[in-house]
Amino acid sequence: MADIDDATERSTTNWAKKVDRLTLGSAPAGAVNLNVEGRRLTGPLQGFGTMWQKTYRVRLPRDVVEPRALIATWKERFPEFWPGGNRFYAPLTGIAPGEVALLNLALPGRLTLSTGVMVLYADEESFTLMTPQGHMFAGWITFSAVPAGDDGVMAQVQVLMRASDPIFELGLMLGGHAQEDRFWQETLTRLAAAHGLASASVQTTVICVDRKRQWSKWRNVWHSSAIRSSIYTLGAPVRLIRSRLSRSPGN
Amino acid sequence: MAEATATFDVRRQGSACVVDIHGDVTAGSEEVLMRAYADAGDARAIVLNFTGMSYMNSGGIGLLVTLLVRANRRSQRLLAFGLSDHYRQIFELTRLDEAVGIHESEAAALEDVSGATVTRHG
Repeated sequence: MADIDDATERSTTNWAKKVDRLTLGSAPAGAVNLNVEGRRLTGPLQGFGTMWQKTYRVRLPRDVVEPRALIATWKERFPEFWPGGNRFYAPLTGIAPGEVALLNLALPGRLTLSTGVMVLYADEESFTLMTPQGHMFAGWITFSAVPAGDDGVMAQVQVLMRASDPIFELGLMLGGHAQEDRFWQETLTRLAAAHGLASASVQTTVICVDRKRQWSKWRNVWHSSAIRSSIYTLGAPVRLIRSRLSRSPGN
Repeated sequence: MAEATATFDVRRQGSACVVDIHGDVTAGSEEVLMRAYADAGDARAIVLNFTGMSYMNSGGIGLLVTLLVRANRRSQRLLAFGLSDHYRQIFELTRLDEAVGIHESEAAALEDVSGATVTRHG
């Protein structure tokens, strides 16, 4: 009976509550807040492209850090481990189930892609982020740490994803996958460096789970964060002129 | 690697295979789940019985997606019953419910399978 109660409590505590659409309180200062508020969450089943499972791993010595301590640090300092030029605006309450974070990601051409994630699941050994409509891909990213052999800890990032729409699918084929691989490899390198491992070797495994593209999902392009972020960036001069006119003495 | 903390027992029920799940379903359950799926062979539908499941983490949900893809590839349906209200909500949150037929009982799930069979031949 105690085991059942424990499992029920873990389930309730570790999973996000059901939401139909994302809501974000006030955006952090400096963050571009587009493509999150009111969006639905999307898993790998709602995406357009080929389904991939990408796993990135780095081994750390256990005398430096235990798995649970590593996950605690990773949650607490999550934005610090992201590659330069990309911003993760962590929720005020940290990485906790149901919390929503804004992402501002660097794109070629000095564009900033504004999107977000929701913390779907979090326990002491792992946490999972889920993407909203319009994100580059529909899926989950799970961060975990497990014992590896007698004296190691394996820190892992695992992405289960499909490109959200045909444009993102094309982008992934034309270098986006490699860019994403570098992103998570660098994240793990930074995580390892924070634990004193200056030159960590990140192991990458990519599995094609489903080669088929879901053509019925092509309309996802309507929500594309890339298109909406680009329009927002291109509209910056207009917004600047409008704001100056509204502040001029005659108004 | 994470160790398996769940068991998956397969039994044939007409044209479907029912998989009785016990314990904690995590990413470490992959090998035993896929072995159970292989045991299900050419069944028209795979019916997952969650009545005996204690716990499932996000790795477990990821496994169900992989299982669903494999089943779709072989034109098999994936159904479920015995989910608690909490896990039913998790299925809705992760939008797995859009692809996995969720039922109240084994009888209802099997009726759905046989109904689908009749429809296909009709």
